[in-house]
Amino acid sequence: MREIRIHGRGGQGAVTLSGLVAIAGIDEGKYAQAFPSFGPERRGAPVMAFVRMSDSPIETRERIYHPDIVMVLDSSLLALLDVSRGLRKDGIVILNTRKGISQLRETFGLDSRLAIVDANTIAREVLGLPITNTTMLGALLKATGIVGIEAIEDALDRRFGRLSEKNKAAMHRGIEETVVA
Amino acid sequence: MSRRVGIEVSIAVAEAVRLADVDVVAAYPITPQTHIIEHISELIATGQLDANFIPVESEHAAMSCCCGSSAAGARTFTSSSSQGLLLMSEVLFIPGPLRLPIVMVVADRALSAPINIWNDHQDIMSQRDIGWIQTFAQNGQEAFDLTLHAFRVAEDRRVSLPMIVTIDGFILSHVIEPVKLLTQEEVNQYLPPFKPRYRLDPKRPITMGPVGIPEVYTEAKVAHNEALKASKKVILQGWKEFADLFGRQYHPVETYRSEDADILLVTMGSISETAIGAVDAMRDRGQKVGLARILLWRPFPGPEFRRATRGAKALAVVDRCLPPGATSGPVGTELRSLFYKVPGAPKIFNFIAGLGGRDVRVKHLEEMVDKTMAYIKRRPKELYEVIGAHEK
Repeated sequence: MREIRIHGRGGQGAVTLSGLVAIAGIDEGKYAQAFPSFGPERRGAPVMAFVRMSDSPIETRERIYHPDIVMVLDSSLLALLDVSRGLRKDGIVILNTRKGISQLRETFGLDSRLAIVDANTIAREVLGLPITNTTMLGALLKATGIVGIEAIEDALDRRFGRLSEKNKAAMHRGIEETVVA
Repeated sequence: MSRRVGIEVSIAVAEAVRLADVDVVAAYPITPQTHIIEHISELIATGQLDANFIPVESEHAAMSCCCGSSAAGARTFTSSSSQGLLLMSEVLFIPGPLRLPIVMVVADRALSAPINIWNDHQDIMSQRDIGWIQTFAQNGQEAFDLTLHAFRVAEDRRVSLPMIVTIDGFILSHVIEPVKLLTQEEVNQYLPPFKPRYRLDPKRPITMGPVGIPEVYTEAKVAHNEALKASKKVILQGWKEFADLFGRQYHPVETYRSEDADILLVTMGSISETAIGAVDAMRDRGQKVGLARILLWRPFPGPEFRRATRGAKALAVVDRCLPPGATSGPVGTELRSLFYKVPGAPKIFNFIAGLGGRDVRVKHLEEMVDKTMAYIKRRPKELYEVIGAHEK
């Protein structure tokens, strides 16, 4: 089983992202759970969303304490929270950032595997909005291969309808431009 | 053919309500049942469900509308949680004795004070004695299946009673997970149209709910109680036919690795899945532990529970509700009463956990089992204890 914790701010699409990953996995025949950090939702405030993905039925309703994958949709959160809290030893942190790998390690003490992408720039260029969740979806696929591109594209089609082409384009830019280190 | 989809459990419940082709939905918004009613109102607004949605001014009015519409012969649904369920409470005692088969999904949430929107079972347990059939789902599939089962059983003329399906707020209501949705054709095979024996009709006037003077009140209460107890046969039949058609079989008490277990965890609702993981972990370490999950809470399935737990030395009974000043939690009290002076009965130890959204983890369930093992040898001082609370 693999577990994902997504950090974002209310309105950036962290919860939508968690749902897309779970639905794509379920469509591939896997077992998955996606859930938000339960509570009142506030635009702009730090939020979390979670995904579990497994080849066998998932027999737990615990919260996620030790993720394999952490995603950070908003780099301003790095200064506020320890995003790698509880991360498993071989885990990876996937960041939306303009900073380079060595700078991130130095400034924020991130010592796990990292994957980085400038999702703000991509999202602005492709979508015209700084909503980075679908670009970060590309980064997740590149860094982990947790679900297949085809299943995610299907899920995007169903979720976004006529907006899905742009979001798929953002995701593909995310796949191309993500650097894993 | 049914399809396996990734879907939010609240939406799956709303889809079950659509497939049941309800006539009337009267509801008032409250967290965390919100998405169920939101989705149903969307289905009605977009013409995917031909029903009347009554956006009432309170839960008291919601249940009053439900009583009226059910009495008029309409298939009726509502949903609520927590304080909303409490505001409904005055009316909740009425449809049972009036034999009105309203179906309600309760997305469980804690009660104020302090105000808290997260999950436990205090709301539903406070309404334990309203005289409705009550089932508890442990996952999204059961939430979907049990909602359809509820219409089938409630409206059966041998039953004619209201029915609640309980799902844990947030922990189930807001989770996306795989659910096998049935098609309209499949549901039509399972759920016949609602044909009440009596209904309010201006052309053929009858009275429902007259005063019950002392000469008849006791008989009315006894009749209601007898009907509730007798409903178990139809509940079981409803599950049997569901299994025959769709392959998923439910039981009043579901067990897991219980056959040779010395200690059984007793749970209700979604923590039962975490308990399965805990049982597996403890079995791997050689502990003879199993699980008995109460799926049917009212009418309480006494014989089935005794059978499911036969041979166990002790039960570690988990309550998600702390009734102040009581001898133990509601499930603990129920089971102590069930087993009182029964020869060979298991010892019963009661643990209260998971209040107001406090996570119930595998380690907490393991702690309960460890304590139960110790208590078999040496009786604890208290009749129950709270697990997972921070020390003073």
